[in-house]
Amino acid sequence: MANAINSSFLSMNNTTREGMLSSRGGNVFLALLVVVTLLASVGNQLFPAGSALHVDTYTITLLGKYLSFALLAMAVDIIWGYCGILSLGHGAFFALGGYAMGMYLMRQIGDRGVYGNPDLPDFMVFLNWSELPWFWQGFDFFPFAMLMVLLIPGILAFIFSWLAFRSRVTGVYFSIITQALTYALMLAFFRNEMGFGGNNGLTDFKDILGFDLQSDTTRICLLLITAACLGVIYLLSQFILSSKFGRVIEAIRDSESRVRFVGFKTENYKVWLFVYSALIAAIAGALYVPQVGIINPGEFAPLNSIEVVVWVAVGGRGLLYGAVLGALLVNFAKTHFTGILPEAWLFALGALFVGVTIFLPRGIVGLLSSRNKSMEDKP
Amino acid sequence: MQPFSHLRNFINKDRVFDFLVPEKSINIDTSHNVLLYVEGLTVSFDGFKALNDLNLYINDGELRCLIGANGAGKTTLMDVITGKTRPNSGTAYFGQTHNLLTKTEAEIANLGIGRKFQKPTVFENHTVFENLELALRMNKAILTSIFYRMNSEHLDRIAEILDLVNLKQHARQMAGALSHGQKQWLEIAMLLVSEPRLLLVDEPVAGMTPQETEHTAELLTSLAGEHTVVVVEHDMAFVRSIAKKVTVLHQGSVLAEGNMDDIQNNPNVIEVYLGESH
Repeated sequence: MANAINSSFLSMNNTTREGMLSSRGGNVFLALLVVVTLLASVGNQLFPAGSALHVDTYTITLLGKYLSFALLAMAVDIIWGYCGILSLGHGAFFALGGYAMGMYLMRQIGDRGVYGNPDLPDFMVFLNWSELPWFWQGFDFFPFAMLMVLLIPGILAFIFSWLAFRSRVTGVYFSIITQALTYALMLAFFRNEMGFGGNNGLTDFKDILGFDLQSDTTRICLLLITAACLGVIYLLSQFILSSKFGRVIEAIRDSESRVRFVGFKTENYKVWLFVYSALIAAIAGALYVPQVGIINPGEFAPLNSIEVVVWVAVGGRGLLYGAVLGALLVNFAKTHFTGILPEAWLFALGALFVGVTIFLPRGIVGLLSSRNKSMEDKP
Repeated sequence: MQPFSHLRNFINKDRVFDFLVPEKSINIDTSHNVLLYVEGLTVSFDGFKALNDLNLYINDGELRCLIGANGAGKTTLMDVITGKTRPNSGTAYFGQTHNLLTKTEAEIANLGIGRKFQKPTVFENHTVFENLELALRMNKAILTSIFYRMNSEHLDRIAEILDLVNLKQHARQMAGALSHGQKQWLEIAMLLVSEPRLLLVDEPVAGMTPQETEHTAELLTSLAGEHTVVVVEHDMAFVRSIAKKVTVLHQGSVLAEGNMDDIQNNPNVIEVYLGESH
């Protein structure tokens, strides 16, 4: 008898709510990710240019860029969709991760720059600096640079969120200070004296770990690494968010004070999740920079962070692959739309956001799942 | 001198820093048979004194009813005890050693003070089962939550409580879909799985049918003894059915305390409740 009760409880625990949907949708998403990236790589390498099955390098790079945006969208979805904290400043963590990667790539240029100075990046020579500033030290060492990709945004996210959540700043006030954070960083990075290349940013990269950034194979490898990161981080996040930790996070979204009275230190949970999310954004930034070949203060622009929120809203917040879907669709649309009617894109984006908020509160994934449900209801 | 004395304290070899002292298992000292000490509590909101020099002692294992008109300070008192509101002056101790006024809501909950709110507050987007899972008495640290797997002991505990509150057939249902009375029960169930030492129950029978009210009365009386229960209620018939000792609050302080009959014959209480019409 007791066993029967136990097993029925256990099974009910696994199939609650979107449990079924998210595992099925998640499997489809992972399978598609593997198939598409492999097909693209094979299409680029095995079929000669001009063949119908050939995938050109431009498409490979574009795909890699989309996937790093998808990772950024997932980071925003984790904090916004699951915990209800609307961060309008995740672009800052993305850009910081990107800058750390960019600094490594700058150091790899060596004496191949315009000025041919083996010790200093071009922009420092241009500014008449005589030696490398202390914060550039160590960035020619790849593992150190990768550590900084995580450490700098992680520490910033920790201090920022700890101060905000400990003072119980929530809702729209929190969103506004995240905007202020990214805006302040943008202004700082625009300054030449900061030592990060001013408004030109970091660019003219040559190679990464000795591999030429312009070659097809490097670009395919970067795409595959981006896809692998997306897959692994998806699985890890799915594991974390479907644990009891995830249920606490969703409870905090719905009624934070009640969670406190149940005995959870909600501030700690929120800080942890915020830092985790910022780290994912930083990884996305570090994957983005070698593929597009530039990082400049424009990435800190408040508008960028807001755009990420639109991606997540379109795809469907509260489900990880919804954010991925949204990022891919909106960026695909952006690439094509800006090619045809560049000045209308922002209007289209705004209209899209308004439309989705009114007609599809749960995004495209929500639309699919409600159709699934109604089909299941019919015998 | 002040900074130097701090410095001397700092370099003193005998000194043990607070963070080095291992966290003791919760030890509530009730050697004087009193579980909750509330003394001289004053809370004022913009000059309005919601609590005014309030003193209250709750014995270990007793069932106490708090009554009083709207605005008498009942809910504010609960807010102070559970850490939601900080008083302007006064002290609140849990046992003889735990100062509640220096602790956060979560720390107080983990000490063993559970609260049922006036308006049923359950996690509406979680199932009944998950609501109880969240409320379970256990380590609530982040890593524990990430790697938590439901064990049979916890499962049995939840099944037992679900049986007690007649919600077993609703275990898979979203808590938001429950009726008002069922939400009240769920909240009581959440209290029970958290195994608190002290239960603060704010208007438990609001919105319940007479049968459910009776069931609640039985449940609360059966809990007293092992647990300590403080009930805030307006329903006098209900109070009469459960209470041995009643405390009447009026304008933020204690007006009278005693058994139900004494209270009803107390001239102060009569005056406050019936007005000065006679």
